[in-house]
Amino acid sequence: MAVSSQHAPYPENRTRILQALTLATLVLFAASLVLDWAYVGPERTQGEVQRVFYVHLGSFLGSFIAFTAVVVGGVIYLRTRNPKWDTFGLANVEIGLVMSAITIVTGMTWAKPIWNTWWTWDPRLTSVTIMWLAYAAYMMLRAGIEDPERRRRFAAVYGIIAFASVLFTIIIVRVKPDTIHPVVAGPTQADPTGAFDVTDRIRNTLFFSLFTFTVMTATLVWYRVRLENLFERVLRRKIDILAEL
Amino acid sequence: MIEVRGLVKTFGLTPVLRGLDLNVARGEFVALLGPNGSGKTTLLRILGALSRPTQGIVRIGGWDLPAEADYVRRQLGVVSHLPLLYDMLTAEENLLFFARLYDLPPETRREQIDMLLNRVGLRRRARDVVRTFSRGMQQRLAIARAILHDPAVLLLDEPYTGLDQDAAALLDDLLREVAIAGRTVIMTTHDLRRGHALADRVAVLSRGKIALDVPTAEIAADDLPRLYADATGAATTR
Amino acid sequence: MTVNPTGPTKKPAASADSQTVQRRPLTPYMRAVGAVAWKDLRAELRSREMITSMVLFTVMTVMVFSLALELDAEARKSTVVGVLWVTVVFAGTLGLSRSLAAEKDRGSLDALLLAPVERSALFFGKVIGNLIFVLLVALVLMVLLTVLFNITLIEPLLVLIVILGTVGFTTVGTLLSSMSVHARARETLLPILLMPVMMPVLISAVRASSAILDDLPSSEWIAELRMLAVVDVVFLLGAYLLFGFVVEE
Repeated sequence: MAVSSQHAPYPENRTRILQALTLATLVLFAASLVLDWAYVGPERTQGEVQRVFYVHLGSFLGSFIAFTAVVVGGVIYLRTRNPKWDTFGLANVEIGLVMSAITIVTGMTWAKPIWNTWWTWDPRLTSVTIMWLAYAAYMMLRAGIEDPERRRRFAAVYGIIAFASVLFTIIIVRVKPDTIHPVVAGPTQADPTGAFDVTDRIRNTLFFSLFTFTVMTATLVWYRVRLENLFERVLRRKIDILAEL
Repeated sequence: MIEVRGLVKTFGLTPVLRGLDLNVARGEFVALLGPNGSGKTTLLRILGALSRPTQGIVRIGGWDLPAEADYVRRQLGVVSHLPLLYDMLTAEENLLFFARLYDLPPETRREQIDMLLNRVGLRRRARDVVRTFSRGMQQRLAIARAILHDPAVLLLDEPYTGLDQDAAALLDDLLREVAIAGRTVIMTTHDLRRGHALADRVAVLSRGKIALDVPTAEIAADDLPRLYADATGAATTR
Repeated sequence: MTVNPTGPTKKPAASADSQTVQRRPLTPYMRAVGAVAWKDLRAELRSREMITSMVLFTVMTVMVFSLALELDAEARKSTVVGVLWVTVVFAGTLGLSRSLAAEKDRGSLDALLLAPVERSALFFGKVIGNLIFVLLVALVLMVLLTVLFNITLIEPLLVLIVILGTVGFTTVGTLLSSMSVHARARETLLPILLMPVMMPVLISAVRASSAILDDLPSSEWIAELRMLAVVDVVFLLGAYLLFGFVVEE
């Protein structure tokens, strides 16, 4: 961030791209909803409630992408010390938190009719929640450190370490066959409760939904970064005005 | 020996050092004066490679900090207002630990520690836990720790903080006889008279820059308070 | 890097008195690690503050567990592994935050950082010290549970798992506590940071230990054991790479 660019207007073309992305997200999401409501139809054994699955998995992919980006942003920040990578990391953590919260809530709404309980102490559910807590801890760490340079450095380091909880969530169904959570991708274990046959329509809708959530995550992160940059500009402007007085 | 050019250090958006220049020749003793918050401690932390500069060049013995800090650490001795010692270890054990950390030859380690403890007047308390030491004794041990590895550069950050008259006088002698000899020294202090008495040069730090830099031979100790006030006052009214 | 007195690729316009000081080597790695660990052990042997508080906390926790859960013989068997690990983690967190807070508040962390020593050597020195304390507490706890719960925990395999679990825990714990000491409300922040990251270690350790305690064949727990070892290696490597960034300013 060069000092001279601080008071330059926000780049026009970037705004255009962001507008285009926003439009794309809205259209894609609308289309996803149409597919979900009109195209797939109720699932054979689970009925209407299965429709939430596309949002459930989509938002999990969103959080996975966001948390992976946190690691990338953290590594680049530690190498370059450019604060914009810290902003990038922060934006991704916040969006990832929202996305995984959606995963947890949609999972619970699905579990109520299928497993007959909102919550069960299944390894998968627990590990997703722990993952969410790890990134909540990231926010706590940031809030607890005064010096901005140190805050950025520690946030980058913790953002990398916290990814252990993401990997753990993904790996856990592979090594712990006693989860009752269905596995859609990869080897299925003996007796998941609530698994279903993947038909072509289900597959198409799923892929479309995954794509939608990928674009949505990128768009939201961009907005969050932009907001942070604007906030920074306001702060600098304030300091400049105060200095002139 | 120490070369600082255009040094800038900011904490967040607050600048502490704003383009500071300072040169210290080999064997020179510079007293660094300045009001609280003028950035004295920050400067010494940067010279000790404990903190990285935001901008500017910092060299010790020709090596760039912080990139080449590993090459000069062995040449640095630091005494700060905290003793940097371990409470639950004895004086001897503290020095032994730092001797190991600096990898001093094991054969001569013991003698060297005994000799140093003797010179800082702590021989009889060598086996006592540092927690039981008075502030003055801790500070003397801290000096022994700082010069244990015979560094070429000595950085003293307010070494007189919390010392009574006697302890301060004792520290004066100790610095003059043991610590300073043949070393390049920067000492921060609030005590203008003491700074003038010990140093070859006096530098006043104000608002993140060196506002005054004169050899002590050129000014009388009595003039220093007025010059100091001018230097810091001129900068604060801007 | 070569040991070359004229230094590595220096910019030519460096300065007139370029390298007036000879480059001196760093202290050998293992010697530095040893020195730091020796210092912590020596101080602890004298004060016994950390160990005492950790052991007292451990005994207290076991008592509270058996009271609060109203454990009968059956329940004791099914909960003993959980009690073991939860207690080790909490007592360990207590010790870790003390260990680094002491270094920071007395300024001695600066003294360590001033030394001509590889940053990660300082870290592993601290880890070894902490590891010995946490392991000691874990062993005391295992004896305690063996006696009080009447379940034999002192078995070579279980001890191995406790060692592996403690290594992972102490490594990440030491790294995170070297960050949390700089924060406001650091005593509460450390467990919040540490727990979620610790889960891979905790769950594999708990599962492996309970399988072994139930005398299940090795096929039942070897995967957990392997996972535990892998996580340890990843944590050690990660901490080695990241610690330098935590302590530099």
